[in-house]
Amino acid sequence: MTENKINIPSENAPNDFNKGTTSLFQRFFIEISSLTLFTLRFFKEAIKPPYEFNEILKQSFLIGYKSLPLVGITGFIIGLVLTIQSRPTLAKFGAESWLPAMVAVSIIREIGPAITALIFAGKVGSGIGAELASMNVTEQINAMQVSCTNPFKYLVVTRVLSATFMLPILVVIADAVGLFGSFIAVNIKGNVSFYLFFSQIFQGLDYSDVIPAFIKTFFFGFAVGIIGCYKGYNSNKGTEGVGKAANSAVVFASLMVFIIDMIAVQITSLFQN
Amino acid sequence: MTENAPYIIDKQDNKEKSLVVVEMKHISKSFDNNQVLVDINLVINKGENIVILGKSGTGKSVLIKLIVGLLEPDEGTLALFGQDINELKEKELIEIRKKIGFLFQSSALYDSMTVRENLEFPLRRQLRTLPKEELNVMINEALQNVGLEDAIDKMPSELSGGMCKRLGLARTLILKPEIMLYDEPTTGLDPITSKEISHLILDVQNKYNTTSIIITHDIKCASLTADRIILLKDGICAAEGSYKQLESSPDKWVHSFFE
Repeated sequence: MTENKINIPSENAPNDFNKGTTSLFQRFFIEISSLTLFTLRFFKEAIKPPYEFNEILKQSFLIGYKSLPLVGITGFIIGLVLTIQSRPTLAKFGAESWLPAMVAVSIIREIGPAITALIFAGKVGSGIGAELASMNVTEQINAMQVSCTNPFKYLVVTRVLSATFMLPILVVIADAVGLFGSFIAVNIKGNVSFYLFFSQIFQGLDYSDVIPAFIKTFFFGFAVGIIGCYKGYNSNKGTEGVGKAANSAVVFASLMVFIIDMIAVQITSLFQN
Repeated sequence: MTENAPYIIDKQDNKEKSLVVVEMKHISKSFDNNQVLVDINLVINKGENIVILGKSGTGKSVLIKLIVGLLEPDEGTLALFGQDINELKEKELIEIRKKIGFLFQSSALYDSMTVRENLEFPLRRQLRTLPKEELNVMINEALQNVGLEDAIDKMPSELSGGMCKRLGLARTLILKPEIMLYDEPTTGLDPITSKEISHLILDVQNKYNTTSIIITHDIKCASLTADRIILLKDGICAAEGSYKQLESSPDKWVHSFFE
């Protein structure tokens, strides 16, 4: 039988397993194995033509551009608050001049990618989960399949690729806005020129601060995209299923962001040592 | 033409229709421990309007989802246009699906797209090189067929239930399928709109000579559209015949549908 026939989302949904007869432990492994199979299928479908370039562009606009205001505001506030909170401690040690470099390292290495990814998981992960679950409930995914369209390729592959490539761009923007927020905070109680502030930032940064942090954001984006799609595509029928899909997409994606971050830090420190 | 129907009234003997488009042999389907269809045998000829009646949960929707390949049978063979769909490769199955239209119970309109985009979607997917002018002609014709010309730029959320059904029908018909599958086309509609939809089904059949399989609980829709009615009971074909034959059946269970 062709694969087309077995990709009906709701029929083999892991959420449909009889919860009365399977333990929490078993359900956890069933969920992990289903997600693994879903991810493998993503790679298989992503490689195979035809490619949905138009839909990828559309999703990139919706996922990336539409998230810009939220990510920008968050980045600005983080930069501002981090600077204001750190200044007194550094001042105690007479190390106020290290403030720009310290804030830059914190934002670029960790806070920028992690916070942006969490915001992204909340906005985009839940959005994808709810959208696909709603399409599943109203049989739009089945309708797509009957229209000779591979719904996995059209809905899942496009969204996951867009999330994977949009999050790094958003993180770069959030970092830049965060550093600008820091510059504003520094100038609230002092007078530091724009040139001096940013030259101190670049002196304090190394490639090993920037590159690993940038690379891990692709994994964050992929995790948010694939988990959002997995939860939505395999949701239970009914409106309750839509809510559950959106909710569990955010929770699971946020958790995955922290797990990936922990692994990325370990790998980075291995190379640095 | 169900071989296993225990209360078969009579076989359809009206006009000769030789070309078999759907042939099911010993089809069974279950979900977990729930046996939904049991040993179904069914032959549908070109141009026939078949209505499938039965109580909720008797496997009617599963039956048409098997036909379009959305589900896979546990046992038995299913041939469309003489080709066993279990043996088909993905590309071959897609070619077969191009000949089948499916009107979903919920209409399954893409709610993020306008009426025009809903109609464009199947056209663009299947006829990728179609010029814009030709595309517009096909869209306008499809909307005229269902009386929705004025709604072309509306979103599905702005349409009434009946309009959604008609749009769903237009989207399905735009590729001029040879087999039309209707999953409860009149459910949730008022009697007048239900009648309109039933007549629309007949118009489609007359205009394009499609074969139609209609799942319904609406006995009026069945009386208007059916050449042949199949009654499903607990996953088996319990009775088969024309509307008149089944209506006058001495069997209490069969007769209860027509009261």
